[in-house]
Amino acid sequence: MALPRIRVGRVFAYVAALAVAAFILAPIYLITISAFSSFDAVYEYPKNLVPTDASMESMNIFLESDGVTDSLLRSAYVAAITIVLCLALGTPAGYALARFTFRGGNPFQLALVSTRAFPLIIIAIPLAVTYLRVGIDDTVIGVALAHVAFTLPLTVLVTASVFAGISYELEEAAMTLGCNRLSAFRKIALPLALPGVAASAIFVFVTSWNEVFAAALLTLRERTLPAQMLAALDTSPLPYRLAGGFFLLAPALVVIFFIRKYLLTTWGRVAR
Amino acid sequence: MTSIAQETAPLTRRKRRWEGLPYWLILPTVAYLGVFFVWPMIQGFGLALQDETGAWSFTAFRTMVDDAAFGEAMSFTFLLILVVVPIQFVLALGMALLLNARLRGGGLFLYIFLLPLAISDLAAGIAWSAIFTERGYLNTILGGVGVLEQPFIFLDPTSKTQLVIAVAAAEIWRSTTFMMVILFAGLQAIPKDYTEAAEVFGAGFFQRVRHVIFPMLKPSIQVALLLRLIFAFEVFAVVIALTGSGATVLAAEAYKWQATNENEHVAAAYSMVILGLSLAAAAVILVALRTPRERRLR
Repeated sequence: MALPRIRVGRVFAYVAALAVAAFILAPIYLITISAFSSFDAVYEYPKNLVPTDASMESMNIFLESDGVTDSLLRSAYVAAITIVLCLALGTPAGYALARFTFRGGNPFQLALVSTRAFPLIIIAIPLAVTYLRVGIDDTVIGVALAHVAFTLPLTVLVTASVFAGISYELEEAAMTLGCNRLSAFRKIALPLALPGVAASAIFVFVTSWNEVFAAALLTLRERTLPAQMLAALDTSPLPYRLAGGFFLLAPALVVIFFIRKYLLTTWGRVAR
Repeated sequence: MTSIAQETAPLTRRKRRWEGLPYWLILPTVAYLGVFFVWPMIQGFGLALQDETGAWSFTAFRTMVDDAAFGEAMSFTFLLILVVVPIQFVLALGMALLLNARLRGGGLFLYIFLLPLAISDLAAGIAWSAIFTERGYLNTILGGVGVLEQPFIFLDPTSKTQLVIAVAAAEIWRSTTFMMVILFAGLQAIPKDYTEAAEVFGAGFFQRVRHVIFPMLKPSIQVALLLRLIFAFEVFAVVIALTGSGATVLAAEAYKWQATNENEHVAAAYSMVILGLSLAAAAVILVALRTPRERRLR
């Protein structure tokens, strides 16, 4: 009696999983075929659900529009600066949290966790005012500095979790064999932590690439891709928006593939 | 004797030298967040409570509340949260349970389920506008199967209900994964023995969820709801992408006051409202889902 019921549950689970997967994939599929279609296909109705004539027409309109390639490059610069700063500042702090018990360690960790309760909107507005005064308004570096402020706390927590997963005894063993603290870290802990740290760098990349509110507030002409897209929403033609939407969304497909394991282990634990 | 003394002396000295190390290691992070997080936040309070001349006053808040868009932004933000969060909580729990069920092809499901985590709300808004627009994919499909005679205007700027539903669909699509990740991590921390024991004693699937998984998952549920609610008050680009100027939310008004009206005081006042609501929501979740001390497992 029990066996068939389990089978029914199993079948239901597959049906449900497939339904959820279809729900998630459908918009991604539709924006992809829209982005790679001709001008006429974008405007035609009823729409073709299966692309018969893939075309670069929409894509070219987008890429050849004023400021688009610049904004793509700027987004890449901002993300690169954000990653470098985040890792340079955050990895040592993460290591400290994982390896030392020190007074102030717990409050520090708690403060990092609680930064998530404060919406980035609150700090983006004062930053815009300060940037004007300091003279880094409308610059790539200004946007990157704001992005570091949003991503640094999580980077520290995640790298701490990565280092905590690497046995300290390995470093101690290296130190008894003639390494000093720094070379033990460089030769033992760092290589072992590298995949986890790389995953956190990728996550920083995608956060920066996606961030629109601060980027749009802090720039006027030096816009990143999301800021450019937001500004052009009500003035640009439909093929432009669809191709741009695809560019915004495309990194997700690659990024998630590389960090999917870490998302569930490290991030899930850190979030608690 | 002397050799031991010679060896131990530098050891203790070295140990003392390392005692300050963790502080040096966290110093860059503390300094950076002080300058780029804590200080701007204090400045934000100052901006919201000052007028253009720099005098302390509630002018900014008064301007904000007197603006007709404030009520609209408030009601749309709340409506959206009321529709989105309950639905996506159930969906996220379901997705986490599915991933936990070790289905064949689980790796592929995992990849697909995680995808929205890396998709921005702007991209989600653009993708869903291709679906909901009058000459879009939803009308194509509904027309194709014969449900609709002619295209239906889903994104009707005069119908708040339809706009809420459209934005809610995009938000559920995009941000459910975020909750799922936290819930799934919590699920994996529940020892298999508990659910298996319940199964041996004849508990069906829903009984196991209700009486074993739910109570043990409560801390994760708390965190998932807490963070999701906080982020929900920041909803921004997806609304603009889907509704144009048909609807507005708190973050969009903050953006408008700063970028278009160039009044950072009112913009800061909006951001303070968002902060206040986020913290209030967090408090509600913490109180509503607290576990009485005597029922704590650990």
